[in-house]
Amino acid sequence: MSAAPGITLEGRALIAGAPLFGPLRLEMTAGRWTCLLGASGAGKTTLLRLLAGLECAAVLEGQITTSDGAALAGRVGYMGQSDLLLPWADVLGNVTLGARLRGQRPDRDRARALIARVGLEGHIHQRPAQLSGGQRQRAALARTLMEDRPVVLLDEAFSALDTRTRVEMQALAAETLQGRTVLMVTHDPLEAARMADAAWLLTDAGTLEALPLPESAAPRALDDAATLTAQAQLFARLRRAAVA
Amino acid sequence: MSAGLGRRAALRLGRVALAVGFGLALWQALVWVTGLPHFILPGPGRVAQSLVDNVAMIAVNARFTIQALLTGLAAGVALGVLTAVQLALSPGARLMVRPLLIFAQAIPIFALAPVITLWLGYGAGSKIVIVMLVTYFPVTSAFFDGLMRMPPGMADLSRVMGAGPLRELWHLRLPQALPALGSGLRLGAVYAPFGVVIGEWVGSSRGLGYLMLLANGRAQTDLMFAALITLAAFNLVVFLLIDRLARGLEARFG
Repeated sequence: MSAAPGITLEGRALIAGAPLFGPLRLEMTAGRWTCLLGASGAGKTTLLRLLAGLECAAVLEGQITTSDGAALAGRVGYMGQSDLLLPWADVLGNVTLGARLRGQRPDRDRARALIARVGLEGHIHQRPAQLSGGQRQRAALARTLMEDRPVVLLDEAFSALDTRTRVEMQALAAETLQGRTVLMVTHDPLEAARMADAAWLLTDAGTLEALPLPESAAPRALDDAATLTAQAQLFARLRRAAVA
Repeated sequence: MSAGLGRRAALRLGRVALAVGFGLALWQALVWVTGLPHFILPGPGRVAQSLVDNVAMIAVNARFTIQALLTGLAAGVALGVLTAVQLALSPGARLMVRPLLIFAQAIPIFALAPVITLWLGYGAGSKIVIVMLVTYFPVTSAFFDGLMRMPPGMADLSRVMGAGPLRELWHLRLPQALPALGSGLRLGAVYAPFGVVIGEWVGSSRGLGYLMLLANGRAQTDLMFAALITLAAFNLVVFLLIDRLARGLEARFG
């Protein structure tokens, strides 16, 4: 993996001329986790799609810059809420999908190592239908790791999982994505309190507001008093945003 | 396990035999109750006798019909798959060809049968082309819809991974559209027999459709029924095979 860049998104997003959010400035520190919270419809996913260079209804009037000056294209990994595993391919086939889509020879040994790293070594030749929801998201994480991109965008990647599985996935993601610049869109204050090095609220007015986080380094222990206090504060702030 | 399988197969066979027996009994009862003469409605016994007596003639004509049907079906499916892929790959083709396809689907192909026979003659060619046309449209539209119906996140993933359009087609779009192709194949298998019989009715000197017309004209109603049953039995086999294939595609790629 090449060194993870810091990223700055500046400007405003418009849908058919109507403002969606901004003007705002979002800085993502190199190699750190930035969490983005906010009400549905505020434009969190749009912001993430703009960063990923994916098609979306909005146009960015502004710019995306990186600390190393190189373009983001080809340096971004992406995980969504659904695992997007191919039902006809086994775990190994899914993890090596990127190489096949680019016409490269998949590095199967590396894929096997990554599958083992996410704890799926016993399931390497199983298809997604044979896996649990948590195992499927692990396979999706292994696929993301296989791509080895310095920037990773997580769009509510763990929100469909049950609490226990989600907590495990968070720990695994924190460990395996270490050193990458991560932007995580989430609805879950506890997730942000636990994972974020910096957390931002995208308000309905389309502005960014810094959210308070504990002093300690992420990922934080779930039962840590500071984490729980931060969760409560984030939750209160989100509720106020929803009421206002 | 093999004993269990054997018992299950025997059970299934028994159920089929029961249904066939019931159908035959109903048929015979209808003959007895109505008292219709055999040249209007022959009983199952008479039809079976005719089948045995004319087995060579029926076989020759069945071969012609089956060959035309399978060739036409294969050509229709191949052409349909190619068209769907072409449309999926090229927005320009979609713009130009798709309206044509929709319009063509509104034309009852059966109404074209006389023209096709005029152009291609009384031989197998005209039947093959009619079968090809009636299977081409359902296969094309079902497969094309499948190719364009990628789960939304999947296109994003492919984009982020840096896939080219051809590889995306091969690794993502094609496999996930195979169940839709299966539905198209099922429709094709239903339409194909119509196509071949219409073709033979409009103009032919061979085939089961031709034999049915001929027998009907000579009041050999039992022979007509014998040809009809032969055709139905073959259609059933084709449909069951294609249905099994479609189910397999659904189970593997759905």
